[in-house]
Amino acid sequence: MLDTLRTLFLTALHAFHRRATVQYPEQPPYLPPRYRGRIILSRDPDGAERCVACNLCAVACPVDCISLQKTEADGRWYPEYFRINFSRCIFCGLCEEACPTYAIQLTPDFEMGEYARSNLVYEKEDLLISGTGKYPDYSFYHVAGIPVPGKARGASERERPPVDLHSLLP
Amino acid sequence: MTMTSIRIDGRDCPTRSGINLLQACLEAGASLPYFCWHPELGSVGACRQCAIRQFSGPDDTKGRIVMACMTPVSENTIISIDDPEARDFRASIIEWMMVNHPHDCPVCEEGGECHLQDMTVMTGHNARRYRFTKRTHRNQDLGPFVKHEMNRCIACYRCVRFYRDYAGGDDLTVFASHDNVYFGRAEDGTLQNAFSGNLVEICPTGVFTDKPFSAVYSRKWDMRGAPSVCVHCAVGCNTIANAREETLRRVLNRYNTDVNRYLLCDRGRFGHGFVNAPTRIRTPLRTIDGQQVPVPMADALTAFARMAARGRVVGIASPRAALETCFSLHALVGPQHFCTGQTRQEHECVELAHALLDRHPGALPTMHEMESADAVLVLGEDVCATAPRLGLSLRQSVRQASFHTADDARVPRWMDAAVRTLGAECPSGLYVLTPAPTDLDGVAAETLRAAPDDIARLGFAIAHEIDPAAPAVTDLAPDDVLLAARIAHTLVAAGKPLVVSGMQYGAPALMQAAASIVAALARATPEAGLSLGLPECNSMGLAMMGGMPLETVMEQARAGEISTLVITENDLTRHLSPADVAELVAAVADIVVIDHTATPLCQQASLVLPVAAFSECSGTLVSQEGRAQRFFQAVFPPAPIQAGWRWVQALARGLDPSLLHMAGLTGWRDLDDVLAAMAVAFPRLAPAAKAAPGADYRMNGQKLRSQTYRASGRTVIRSFVNVRDQPPPGSPDAPFSSSMEGAFGPDMPAALVSGYQASPWNSVQALNRFQHEIGGDMRGGASGIRLLSRTASDEAGPRPYAYATDIPTPHTAQADTVVVLPDTRLFGSEELSMHSPSIMARATAPALGLPAGMATSRHMVLHLDDGAHVLPVEPVPGLPAGIVLCPAHMVARAFRFPRVARLERIPDEGERS
Repeated sequence: MLDTLRTLFLTALHAFHRRATVQYPEQPPYLPPRYRGRIILSRDPDGAERCVACNLCAVACPVDCISLQKTEADGRWYPEYFRINFSRCIFCGLCEEACPTYAIQLTPDFEMGEYARSNLVYEKEDLLISGTGKYPDYSFYHVAGIPVPGKARGASERERPPVDLHSLLP
Repeated sequence: MTMTSIRIDGRDCPTRSGINLLQACLEAGASLPYFCWHPELGSVGACRQCAIRQFSGPDDTKGRIVMACMTPVSENTIISIDDPEARDFRASIIEWMMVNHPHDCPVCEEGGECHLQDMTVMTGHNARRYRFTKRTHRNQDLGPFVKHEMNRCIACYRCVRFYRDYAGGDDLTVFASHDNVYFGRAEDGTLQNAFSGNLVEICPTGVFTDKPFSAVYSRKWDMRGAPSVCVHCAVGCNTIANAREETLRRVLNRYNTDVNRYLLCDRGRFGHGFVNAPTRIRTPLRTIDGQQVPVPMADALTAFARMAARGRVVGIASPRAALETCFSLHALVGPQHFCTGQTRQEHECVELAHALLDRHPGALPTMHEMESADAVLVLGEDVCATAPRLGLSLRQSVRQASFHTADDARVPRWMDAAVRTLGAECPSGLYVLTPAPTDLDGVAAETLRAAPDDIARLGFAIAHEIDPAAPAVTDLAPDDVLLAARIAHTLVAAGKPLVVSGMQYGAPALMQAAASIVAALARATPEAGLSLGLPECNSMGLAMMGGMPLETVMEQARAGEISTLVITENDLTRHLSPADVAELVAAVADIVVIDHTATPLCQQASLVLPVAAFSECSGTLVSQEGRAQRFFQAVFPPAPIQAGWRWVQALARGLDPSLLHMAGLTGWRDLDDVLAAMAVAFPRLAPAAKAAPGADYRMNGQKLRSQTYRASGRTVIRSFVNVRDQPPPGSPDAPFSSSMEGAFGPDMPAALVSGYQASPWNSVQALNRFQHEIGGDMRGGASGIRLLSRTASDEAGPRPYAYATDIPTPHTAQADTVVVLPDTRLFGSEELSMHSPSIMARATAPALGLPAGMATSRHMVLHLDDGAHVLPVEPVPGLPAGIVLCPAHMVARAFRFPRVARLERIPDEGERS
């Protein structure tokens, strides 16, 4: 008898507690900037694709849900295709950590629900955004040694112009 | 070489005397970084990376820093790799090397299998302290095979040491000094050496990378590996086929102690492009109303059953098809109706080569043993074009004299710079007797340019000089008599003489002469070796199986005895003249071609069936030295493409069982069943079953994995087709799991090594971990098995050998006709590699080689069987009078040689006006 009354009392007490239910989607939740949600591919400050198809995200992925193929144009490496199977992704962020060019980034967006599982397979055109994402200034090709259109050989950061082999100077 | 013991960091390790400390440390399992040392190139001490501390005795606590690669092992050497000062030394060396190294790893083809990456991690260098500017270099275009990125160079000098000193190239060298040193050509241009592709594996970092592979690039860890065997010549070099997403990406060298060891030729490395070429056949094609249309497999098989019901079926095998494919065809049609797919001339030459190798009393050296031959006679075969890797081995044999000089001077043989300096004065023991110049001429003691018949005569004269019982040659020119005496003297004086010949010029007399010389030598020197070059990757296997030549098939067809021809992987237009092919097609009701590449013959076929190429199935090939070797499946092609023997089996299942020669044919389940049946039918080929472990082989209770343990994209790579995970493809013919699950380790059988990786060694240098002794046997035993063996008969004493007596008559130049000999090209004469884009780019336009005196105009007309050919003319120095060289298979597709033809001069433009 006493137990029943106590239970009723405790239940009634909850009516006065602060509400934990969030009225999603009318009321969007706060997501911190470093929240690990939907994966995107960013571009460098010049607007070119940042991804150089090095395959490090794919190999870092613990569920093996990233696959890509390298191709090349004017010395720059690109992914010919870049595919993420979000029905397998666990949003661990290891791909972002592995990326040497800040191309792959996780964003504060988790609204990816689909009725058909096959719609969760994102191709490169679904992943590529037009901005730089979290790292506005970084451009891999300005640091790397290989020349690309707009950056001659030896014109990267901390590089000397190419050696003149015909010079007789030591 | 005696066993001894050294103490590494307090641990006693058994080792061999005569090697250097670096090698000893690596063999003892220690991880000691190095760059400039390479097992095939020796030590020069250029990079200073392998520093260790050596103590002079148990009481010495101070010791001194030495370079491990330059210090010989001696009894009770005490060294320390972990010594703090030695570690600091190595860390500073790598830090200096990385000072100019660009920030390129993500966009470098070497990334993930880079020796420099491994060594950097091994020494613990992880942050750059250097804050100043980096040196940069301009790159060169080095042709279709190799990509150049000089910024990445660490100046270890391995590339020029390999290219110039080892492979004999002269167009890659080192320029400038100190920080600026530059490894490249004097100007942009294609690397000319036939072994330039090895720079990709020799270079410890990404300066030289594989250009065709870069176009379809994939990281090492993402590719499935399969042990394979090169199909582009008869040498049988071992390779690793790497594939991803069911396309073949590249071919790498696979170490085989006895065969190719560390190096491959460019045709073998880059010739695999035919597998992905647009000329591939991917569906069955049936001719309906004169049009070839793709049909389902079942339709094709019923069509064949109808054809076979009409009359006799004759099978034509191929020297480029696997042993299993040839044997299944044999089982289908029976020995009376089985053709080897070669003309009588080729057939008889190959049979002769087989018979001579089998019966001659001398030794059958492996390619590695040929490197230590101290006198070599090349008798009428341009090995650099027909068997390039063998040519490279012969080039090494020239160094034997310098090794003996070094031994006398107590300089270890691996002390490369010193031995090469000593060797500069040493005489060469190589004699090259060929009609045309070869790449070996530069290192030869003497060369002779003569017609094949004259070379054969000289060969017989040498044999007579060594053994007077051998038939004498009459009417020999006085110069030739002296030359024969000199060569005979050198061969007799040698401890390990070798005679190399082959069927390039279609002259059986050359091979007979070579065998006679070896037989004469073997009376006193049983180590005297004979090597005969054959044209195709399975020529020897087919010779051991036997069959009828194409001419017999032609006769039967003319007599109307053949209703259906089943042709496996053979393009008859390369063997028969266009008129003969047309006659054969007209005389036979139906032709079934089972091939992987759309050859001109396919257009004549009523049925074309797509067969798996070497990368898509497992099978066995027998190399020219009689070594049966297994290649395994790297690619799992979509349904209608299957192994040749499975196609033949599928055809057989549609027939009345009474028509089959071997009823068991339809019951074979896997490759092991085929091999077991073959062992019964051909006892001589029975050991081929042991070329590699069977499909039931398990290591630690598991299959072996063919993917790496960290292959990526398993759950996504095919999700654009179907998001559900697919099971890995089954591989009934091989002990491989086709996934990343399974056993893998340095101790696995050498025939099943699908790639080299042993943490922390991720580059191809991880091979050190898979070897029992560096440069010696693999830990997993031998790969492949010799079918021609000497052990059984040797105990019975030297076998009687009857010298050949049919000595040819001397060659005399005719006034109105010329003898046309094949100019076999490294790139261009071989059938399959010419479908590979990079090889096509390297093949030069055909030209007619003429003796210097005859080249009087820029173009000439050569009248061959199939018509007149207008060809540009190229003078060939030394070519004997009355002989012209015509590129084999490039001018006339079916080119039988030697051939007497008429040559007509076209006046030059200026003369005409």
